[in-house]
Amino acid sequence: MAQMLPTVLKNLFSKPATRKYPFEKRAAFKGSRGQIKFDQTKCDHCGDCQRLCPSGAIEIDEANNKLTYDPFRCIYCWVCVEHCLQKAISAEEQYHAPAYTKTKETHTPAKTKNNV
Amino acid sequence: MAKVVIPFGPQHPVLPEPIQLKLVCEDEKVLEVVPNIGYVHRGIEKGAEIKDFQQTVHMIERICGICSFIHGMTYCQGIEDLLGLKIPRRAEFLRVTWAEMSRLHSHLLWIGLLADAVGFESLFMQCWKIREIVLDLLEMTTGHRVIQSASVVGGVRRDIDPNQVAQIRAALDQIKKGIDEILPVLLNDYTLKARTVGKGVLTQQQAISLGAVGPTARGSNVRQDMRLLKYAAYDAIDFEPILETAGDSYARALVRTKETYQSINMILKALELMPAGPIQVHPEGWPQGETTQRVEQPRGEVFYYFKGNGTRYLERLKIRTPTFANIPTLLVMIPGCTLADVPVITLSIDPCISCTER
Repeated sequence: MAQMLPTVLKNLFSKPATRKYPFEKRAAFKGSRGQIKFDQTKCDHCGDCQRLCPSGAIEIDEANNKLTYDPFRCIYCWVCVEHCLQKAISAEEQYHAPAYTKTKETHTPAKTKNNV
Repeated sequence: MAKVVIPFGPQHPVLPEPIQLKLVCEDEKVLEVVPNIGYVHRGIEKGAEIKDFQQTVHMIERICGICSFIHGMTYCQGIEDLLGLKIPRRAEFLRVTWAEMSRLHSHLLWIGLLADAVGFESLFMQCWKIREIVLDLLEMTTGHRVIQSASVVGGVRRDIDPNQVAQIRAALDQIKKGIDEILPVLLNDYTLKARTVGKGVLTQQQAISLGAVGPTARGSNVRQDMRLLKYAAYDAIDFEPILETAGDSYARALVRTKETYQSINMILKALELMPAGPIQVHPEGWPQGETTQRVEQPRGEVFYYFKGNGTRYLERLKIRTPTFANIPTLLVMIPGCTLADVPVITLSIDPCISCTER
């Protein structure tokens, strides 16, 4: 264990390797897969995101003109972000904050398949 | 003294994952071991028959949190084989880069766990501190530190730009320095050696007959490494598997430590040889027919069997993970040792139960 001593001493007199997390946050890397945002003005109800989503986090109810997104079911793979033809789904680099209750987001797309 | 059966696990401080070993003991000596698995079965193989073959990539990556990328890559290689798809050369090199990064961080994690198992906390922390640099590299290049989701059927989703290449080179230098610093401790420490040298011996003959894979087999002088099959871009990268002859826990630790250096060299080589060009081709058609894939994971050979029936859904997907192949070796490693050595010997095969049970 004596051989570890120089490293231990070096660590003792240098800055901690960890961060005081909730108070000090590391900036996300460029392109880090974080939160997903829906732009209701661009969505045309094509349903690509619902079909491609591996975890089934997006549901489109065409009859009621409603898009439901469950951020707690979402696996943040960004497949929808990359495939949305209307660029209605955008993403942020910061990950979703933890929460006490699981809530779903409901969006009402302005355009529909019929009035594009 | 009568024989006593002592259960090791499914919850045990040394091994956070649920595997039970029933240890038949006489005094302190273990006479027999009966492994029992099946605590975290998630039905991923069945799930692959329900989800469409492109969505399955994301599920397959969740088999394991450490070799996540390599699972995704193996699955994609199999589907590409069924579709008769030739992926761009650059994508193959990128896959090798990320696969080796996964191996690097997995081995660093394991060295840390070994140190933790023998009670060497400062070495444990130091190893994981170095590992964090690799995870940062993975997040920078793929978008996520654990579940990379970088591999898709037809290539990869992200490219590495020259700026990132420079950052990777600098970080690998830093990792190499870090490993150089802890290596003498690992090789020469009295306590560590006392707990590993001559413990859990697996002879070459036993390793072959029990079907050991990966560092467990290589620690017993079995020259077996799936990277020699030259999948992805491994045909362009020359390497020689690292072998040890002793076959004990210490030999397996040495194999993994030396493989971290090998992985660093392979990443550098892959970055150097990477040709310019596209990174993804669009898959046409649906998987039809049968195929198998054998890929080297940090823990050894992973085997995938695919059967497609010409629809979006696979008819069968079978995964045999390296830990499943290595569990039988415990049956010869553990008997004869003392009860206190069981955790370290079990850890020396680098068990990943989450992989094993799928």
